[in-house]
Amino acid sequence: MTALEAGLLGQTLLLVLAVAAALLTPTRRRSRISGTICTLLAAAGIITGAIALSGGTGSLSIPTALPLDPLVLSPDRLGGLVMMVVSSVGVLASLFGIGSARVASASRTAWLSMAVFLFGMQLVPAATDVVSFLLFWEIMTLGSTALLLAHHATRGTVASALVWYSAMSQLSFFFVLAGFAMLAGLAGGTGFDRLATVDPYSWQASAAFLLLLLGFGGKAELVPLHVWVPRVLPEAPGHVAAAMSGAMVNIGVYGALLVFVRILPSGPAWWGVLIMALGGVSALYGILQASVASNLKVLLAYSTTENMGLVFLGLGASVLLRADNATAAADAALVAALLLMLSHAAFKSTLFLGAGAVARAAGEMNLDRLGGLGSRMPWTAAAFGAAAMGAAALPVTSGFVAEWMLLQALIHGSRVDGEVVSVAASVAMPLAVAVIALTAGLALLTFVKAYGIAFLARPRSQEAKQAREVPVIMRIPLVLGALLVIVLGLLPGPLAVAIGSAVGPELTPDVRTIGLAGVDARGIDAVLDPTTFVMLAGLLLVPVLIVLFVSARRHPTRISPLPWAGGGSRLRPRMQYTATSYAEPLVRVFDDVLRPSRDVEVTHVGESRYLVERVHVEQSVSDVVETRLYRPVLNLMQQFGILARRAQNGSIHRYLSYSFVALLVVLIVVSL
Amino acid sequence: MTGVAAIAIALVQLVLFVFLAPLLIGVIRQVRARLEGRAGSGIWQPWRDVRKLLVKNPVRAVDSSWMLAAGPVTLLVSSLLLCALLPLVGTLPLPLIPSDLFVIVSVMLIGVVALALVGLDAGTAFGGMGSSRHMTVAALVEPTLLLAVYALSIPAGTSTLSLIVETRLENPAVIISPVSLLAMVALAIAIMAETSRLPVDNPSTHLELTMLHEAMVLEASGRDLAWLELGSWLKLAALLGLLSNLIVPWGVMTDWSALGVVIGMGTVTVKILLLGVVLSVGEVFLAKARLFRVPELLAGSFALALLAVTASYLVA
Repeated sequence: MTALEAGLLGQTLLLVLAVAAALLTPTRRRSRISGTICTLLAAAGIITGAIALSGGTGSLSIPTALPLDPLVLSPDRLGGLVMMVVSSVGVLASLFGIGSARVASASRTAWLSMAVFLFGMQLVPAATDVVSFLLFWEIMTLGSTALLLAHHATRGTVASALVWYSAMSQLSFFFVLAGFAMLAGLAGGTGFDRLATVDPYSWQASAAFLLLLLGFGGKAELVPLHVWVPRVLPEAPGHVAAAMSGAMVNIGVYGALLVFVRILPSGPAWWGVLIMALGGVSALYGILQASVASNLKVLLAYSTTENMGLVFLGLGASVLLRADNATAAADAALVAALLLMLSHAAFKSTLFLGAGAVARAAGEMNLDRLGGLGSRMPWTAAAFGAAAMGAAALPVTSGFVAEWMLLQALIHGSRVDGEVVSVAASVAMPLAVAVIALTAGLALLTFVKAYGIAFLARPRSQEAKQAREVPVIMRIPLVLGALLVIVLGLLPGPLAVAIGSAVGPELTPDVRTIGLAGVDARGIDAVLDPTTFVMLAGLLLVPVLIVLFVSARRHPTRISPLPWAGGGSRLRPRMQYTATSYAEPLVRVFDDVLRPSRDVEVTHVGESRYLVERVHVEQSVSDVVETRLYRPVLNLMQQFGILARRAQNGSIHRYLSYSFVALLVVLIVVSL
Repeated sequence: MTGVAAIAIALVQLVLFVFLAPLLIGVIRQVRARLEGRAGSGIWQPWRDVRKLLVKNPVRAVDSSWMLAAGPVTLLVSSLLLCALLPLVGTLPLPLIPSDLFVIVSVMLIGVVALALVGLDAGTAFGGMGSSRHMTVAALVEPTLLLAVYALSIPAGTSTLSLIVETRLENPAVIISPVSLLAMVALAIAIMAETSRLPVDNPSTHLELTMLHEAMVLEASGRDLAWLELGSWLKLAALLGLLSNLIVPWGVMTDWSALGVVIGMGTVTVKILLLGVVLSVGEVFLAKARLFRVPELLAGSFALALLAVTASYLVA
């Protein structure tokens, strides 16, 4: 038995153990015991993934009674990488869960489904054939659905969120199933190596491409299949949201990688254009919604749509450029997409854990009622701040390195040796750069808002005022996550090399380590060494700090309740800017896209037209995709249901006549 | 050897710009004062302001956090980084840290974010208002900025600024090509917006409701304010220096020599001060645009930048 096989078996055994623990342990100790076993399960995933990434081989074969090829689990390097990423998030989420899971989220069902969810996610990248892929995909989906059920008894909104989630995840499962079925029919087998024999230029392959793109895009929360995200993630406890938004979306990306890198690496150029368009629209729409959201978890949920959009943008660029024979830039775009996926896993899980900590401490997710948490929860604030920098792609976090690499790939993509490669590329690349730039700018605003309003300034409510730092067991995953965001940003060289080996052996991105763990993408002449960069900034800081300390010794700071305050406006914390007012200029600028509904109600004093007693302003931004695309479809279905009700009035006579007519029709059809 | 020379050039640039930035602001204010018929406070007043602020006790609000102290320092360091990385006196690239335009834009954004957080930290209405507007403008400028970078990178085949400047030096026809002209106009508008100049923001306003930059620094005082002011001035000086070296690259040192350093320092000083005078004269004739007209201006500059990139495929 090889190490890889041991790792796969180990995960299965730990799942059994986790299920037993969830069912058998008493309520008081359940979170501690089950959480620990889930952590171990995820840790086993990290080890297995690392073995697969470093080239370990081995396979686990599951015999079935079905007339299919046997199910074989054998992660390749790419699968190993993805397994490592999702398991790392799993470790953080499980550790956090030990401390944070209470009452409903610490129930038997909750911990059992957490283990099942983690197990499913970790083994999807190990699948080598369609059937086992879909099997673990469904295990993952069912696990997460049951996990979300935990709070249905206490909050009415959970049920409706869950219906959306189930419907959307089954829709994307259907797309994936149909897409793979088409490919399998064409190839005459279900193994991925068999599927690779399909001609990517046949129409069936293109139809399968469309279906798979929709299916995987749905799991990766892309527009227009993202509608479940802003409903479901705010209802989930922090650690569950972290696991879903930090890890599960990566499975969607993995599916896309599997199809566009492993199975059909040489697709036509229009595939790339379509993926880029889908990614670009998702990125813009996601960040626009995130920037105007006031609920911290809704904000983070929409930001996931944005980040996944960017990942798909990179992926699409790589498909398009490969079709145009701009191989160096195509490889760089692929590496950038994977770097983005990695960094997103780190910062988004930390952000959601931070939101979970805030929810526990202040019992409030509405940014308009938070504030001043920085001094009350310094650990959470620091971790959230570092992760927010990653999400805003500021140097030198992992998010920055990934976005830099993507931009470099794009500007080098439209020309090879000074020759324009294709019209499609020379239109798509500038537009992609513009989309990324606007996305990055809005992401900056979004996360300045999220951090600044929640953690700086003064508390805007009593709950925020009384918030206290979370216990140590919850701080550990927060700090670990924040460290990951920064360390991944400082080590782009080794990371890029690892990613390069993961997408091989067919593709060989020309990247190497340079300087102090910096990255050198030789194909596109791009060099970045974040560590040297930090050292330079540190050097520049020295003289500033010397002046600062000299000045501070002679002229100490004075604390005053009213230093300037523009006419005493500091007197009441209510007069501060809130998240809603912070985003107000943006709502106006993007009025046509967001279509906010505003309601201003003025109460006058007595009969006076001029004296106002009270002004009540209400503004809400709804999801345009939901109201414009899904509502009409749902209404249509409802009308159909009403019509169908007329046919089904409960009369036994009517049903008997239906079956008689049906029988007649069958007989006539058969006799024809 | 080039590594040592590059580090020396970076040091020269830092010292020169720390000296030059307040002087540039002084010149801009003095020219404006004279054009408006006022006596003005002299070109050394910004220097005296900084010295004065450093020997004052900073006053901080009760609920403000460490951000009010750390934010200004961060802004200053990000501006210093700009001065060290941009090809202002010479184009010798630092080892391992090329003057990549995307990196430079990100360094600038660190300062933008630090300033916005300082504005929020004090917990007043004006600070939040300034911060919100500042970030909205910053978000909308970003596409113009990066597309202009893209357009500039096409003739040189790289986004490394020192190479872009060298290409322009070797082949001056690039400078007056339509692609480059469009990109320069777009870049100039983006820089005006980034550095809070007219018509996006009025740097000399005393009316809080129209403030962008000033509203964020209202609560800062003493050395905090000194860092914020110096940081913003350095950013303006460095970006004007970049703009002038892109338009008129002559005088920039490409190979290490003592004479080259002196010439480089002299020419960049003259270029920046001249550009400062032009800016100041231009600002006399401009009024601040309404906040919600700013997106239109930025959309216009974005269109120019996009045109520049697409034109490069059609023309070249």
